[in-house]
Amino acid sequence: MFGRGFKLSLGIFFTLFILFLYGPTLSILVLSFQGPNGGLTFPMRGFSTFWFESLFDGVGVIDIWGAFGRSIRLGLVVMVLTVVLSLMAGMAFRKRFPLSSFLFYATISSLIVPSIVISLGVALEFRIIDDAVKAIGGDMNIQWVIDDFRTTMGLFSSGLGAQLTWTLPFGLLIMFAVFNRFDPSYEEAARDLGAGPWQTFREAVLPIIAPSLIGVALFGFTLSYDELARSSQAIGGLNTLPLELRGLTTTVTDPTIYALGTLTTAVSFLAISIFLILFTLLRRRTAKAPRPESAGP
Amino acid sequence: MFDVKRHSATLLSFPFAFVIFAFFVVPLCLVIMVSFWDYNSYSIIPDFIFTNYQDIFYGCVKSLPDLCTSFATYISSLKFVFITWLITLLTGFLVALFLVFCVSTLQMQIVLFLLCTIPFWTSNVIRMISWIPLLGRNGLVNSTMQNIGLTDSPAEWLLYSEFSVTLAFVHLYTLFMVVPIFNSMMRIDRSLIEAAHDAGASSFQTLANIIIPLSRPGIIIGSIFVITIVMGDFITIGVMGGQQIPSVGKIINVEMTYLQFPAAAANAVILIITTLMIIFAMTKLVDIRKEL
Repeated sequence: MFGRGFKLSLGIFFTLFILFLYGPTLSILVLSFQGPNGGLTFPMRGFSTFWFESLFDGVGVIDIWGAFGRSIRLGLVVMVLTVVLSLMAGMAFRKRFPLSSFLFYATISSLIVPSIVISLGVALEFRIIDDAVKAIGGDMNIQWVIDDFRTTMGLFSSGLGAQLTWTLPFGLLIMFAVFNRFDPSYEEAARDLGAGPWQTFREAVLPIIAPSLIGVALFGFTLSYDELARSSQAIGGLNTLPLELRGLTTTVTDPTIYALGTLTTAVSFLAISIFLILFTLLRRRTAKAPRPESAGP
Repeated sequence: MFDVKRHSATLLSFPFAFVIFAFFVVPLCLVIMVSFWDYNSYSIIPDFIFTNYQDIFYGCVKSLPDLCTSFATYISSLKFVFITWLITLLTGFLVALFLVFCVSTLQMQIVLFLLCTIPFWTSNVIRMISWIPLLGRNGLVNSTMQNIGLTDSPAEWLLYSEFSVTLAFVHLYTLFMVVPIFNSMMRIDRSLIEAAHDAGASSFQTLANIIIPLSRPGIIIGSIFVITIVMGDFITIGVMGGQQIPSVGKIINVEMTYLQFPAAAANAVILIITTLMIIFAMTKLVDIRKEL
């Protein structure tokens, strides 16, 4: 339908685009193996794991490994919540329920309202809660509040909430895409054979949509693991890895930062590979399973 | 009695709705509310005043045609929005066009699509600083240009400049154009294109009269994404601009570090209103829910 020359130029454009996407990251990967006397730019002065060793010894006063652990833990919690809540909401949206339109538009807005505004809002919310707790504690003379209470803000309160406003919309949109293509005759068949609602869900719906749930999990974990803007004001006292990284961009002037970049990118790629392999395996199993003659087209 | 079966959808949606309500709707309302509050150096004081808004635009009209800080910041942001939008739209459209119409098997389409998507799941900060070895003073581009004799001294405008910020935006966010446009294009009925071809339409005519109009929903959704992200950005502008280029997000960020929450909130409200005005016309043109 398109001429050969046109297709060829589009192909070249696409190749350049992929180079543009991956090229810079590759340069970081290479430079993180810079020799001990090497700097932030090419040429390579030798080849060593010096900067990785320097990373393992710690970067200045910052607790990189603590931040790394926090990012992984928060990522896993966000992942589980994103999958479960999006699945439940996705099922709910197949029917009508009160305020469903409002919820849909609120979710879309949550995706496109500037992240700094959400971060500010969540920070304000927890600050007001803090003030309220202190006031109530003072009024009622609750000793631990007066002595020890600092803040309700933290990784798994305000930080978790702020990140969910970013991952949940993606989860819901994927569920919409899934259920828009879902053939309800499978459910009807299960019901006709006497399955209850829970059994229908577990044995008819869940196996079919399982690969997509892996996709939601992939979004949940990776988006949380790299999330920066929304948690920036709302994370509390202890930072996640991306926040520490952003701080390091202005202070660290040797290839340690590239070593850290290589490491965190490796974690991302590991996660992406695991999810993609799981996705493929589940897809294959679903495709192989004996399926009833479909009633619909 | 409460009928669980009849209200099953409501119950199922409840946890999701709770999170969106508690961490999006309420915080957004608080931002609007607190933008009318008063503050001093250590606390915020419930009130209903407009001084936070007046402070933002203080002297702005009087000093025209010279731009005050707020106007200059917004104009700078709008400039980034427009240039980034234009480049990502063009790039995203061509990439999607290649994936949908020039790749013959579905399997290959999925592989190449994933290839475009994978960077989205890695760290933005890393992807930003990965430009340093290329664009820095002694970076690859500068040393190459000097070696082949294009310039004598290293070009300073490559890094920590408006150029590097725009480049990073395009690098980070073109995907937000590719995915929705790809999605729209995949839904185009191939027989329409064959019919156009049979009727003697050129590639260009097919593109202009069939593909572009039918990709419109994807183009609009992608545009909304790119525009809102760039409008509210402060991290990319901070890191790639060498902390020298102003942005609304940065102003909010700084005000928060000084605990001037009401002032930050007023800026946030203005930012939302500006962004909404830009995308309002676009959302009017398409029903997102039908396009998934």
